[in-house]
Amino acid sequence: MKKKGVADLFLLFLMLYLILPIIATALYAFSTEWNSTVLPEGLTFKWLSVLFQDVEFIQAFGRSVLLSGSAVLLAFLLVVPAIFVIVLYFPKYEKWMQTIVVLVYAFPGVILAVGLIRTYTQLGIPMILAVLGVYVISIFPYIYQGTRNSLRNINAKQLLDAAELLGASKRQAFAKVLLPAIYPGLFVGALLSFSILFGEFVLINLVVGSRFETVQIYLMEKLSTSGHIASAVVFVYLVLMGILTLAISVLTKQSKGLVKS
Amino acid sequence: MFFVIPLVNMFLSSFTDSDGFTLNQYKTALLNSYILQGFKNSITLSAVSALVALVVSLFAVYAMMRFTDPVKERILVMINLTSNFSGIPLAFAFIVLLGNSGLFTLLFEKWNLDALASFSLYSWSGLLLIYIYFQLPLSLMLLYPIYYGIQQQWKDAAALLGANTVQFWMKIGIPVMLPGIVGTFSVLFANAMGAYASAYALTGSDYNLAAIRIGTLLSGDIFAQPELASAIAVLLGATMISAMVLSEWSIKKARRNL
Repeated sequence: MKKKGVADLFLLFLMLYLILPIIATALYAFSTEWNSTVLPEGLTFKWLSVLFQDVEFIQAFGRSVLLSGSAVLLAFLLVVPAIFVIVLYFPKYEKWMQTIVVLVYAFPGVILAVGLIRTYTQLGIPMILAVLGVYVISIFPYIYQGTRNSLRNINAKQLLDAAELLGASKRQAFAKVLLPAIYPGLFVGALLSFSILFGEFVLINLVVGSRFETVQIYLMEKLSTSGHIASAVVFVYLVLMGILTLAISVLTKQSKGLVKS
Repeated sequence: MFFVIPLVNMFLSSFTDSDGFTLNQYKTALLNSYILQGFKNSITLSAVSALVALVVSLFAVYAMMRFTDPVKERILVMINLTSNFSGIPLAFAFIVLLGNSGLFTLLFEKWNLDALASFSLYSWSGLLLIYIYFQLPLSLMLLYPIYYGIQQQWKDAAALLGANTVQFWMKIGIPVMLPGIVGTFSVLFANAMGAYASAYALTGSDYNLAAIRIGTLLSGDIFAQPELASAIAVLLGATMISAMVLSEWSIKKARRNL
């Protein structure tokens, strides 16, 4: 009994450690003055409203959404079909997929930034496209895991064979049977990828810099100028992440439910 | 094309200077005490933060296992949320808590806890605190499934044969989980080695880490030296790859044992 209490207390402290920074930042975003007191002196919506009236922020937010969104979209158009084909028809090539996954993990943004700058300044391709390309590759592990697990969960191969036996064409079998069944899993991969890219700073900062100001770069600038505005940015960012996380967990539950039923 | 070509190009450029092939970049990188110190700082920071996160996660996951499924799920959702909280937003949150006029800094001053109030977020220990923060969700996520591998039947069997809990974990549980734990450690280590944004947001390029050195050499605060940056990046990549190889090897070994 006593041991149980200790374990629970330990977990409670851990959760506190994880949650406190989030709460503190949120508080700061709504506080009037908070420089010399332990708790804020008053609450206000001023900072958020200032932030949302700042054209620069809205634009930066738009750029972030555009960049992360395009990367996810491109990944789905180019990468997902390839994963389908390999997992379903050429399982022996899955080794290569795993290799790419390991490569992506082994080379973080800092290293890639060096390679990109060395390569694409000589070729004259716009840097932002180079970054977009790397983004598409860097979310590969998440999309690959999500897609592969979904395909395995529903026994995709048998499902397609069954559909074709019942007279569906290959195209029909894909569009009417397979896609609806794995849609939640794919969507989870997309949301996860989006949220990861949304927080990416290294590549965009080193390779493109302020020429394409995303939310992260905007935040970096505000760190040195206005703490309140910076905290409002972080607050908005956290709310967005919260929504994405919840969506992911609900969808994951749904896709599990799908398999069970 | 966006991944391999730049890497190959970087590798090649790390061997060049204005007159062609050279090993000078590596000579510079390996003989320059400042760069070496950056590596040393990166490696110790990564190793310590990975170790702390790992040990804490081991106990935390063990504690989590006793809850019912809905509670577990709620905890997992929360861990998921915090796993995206890294980089610059995270650095800022810690400034609010422990910066020069942070919440805790003021609290400690109020209670006259000078030892705690003098804690500097902009130092090694401050960075360590932040690194541990972003390592924790990842290690919890990675260890959670490994714990599932420990089957209740084994515990029952061991108990029937007269082993107590401590003996079970020492003789069965930990040996079975060890490869997974080693693998997790290497992922965490690599994760911290490549981290850049948090440290950059906190200390600009003041604090000497390998990743920060690369950034400085690229953007050229003083003068850009992309070739030297390439050499450091290659060395950093080599460190990562060795961590990965170690983890792959331990996972393979694990499969053989199970």
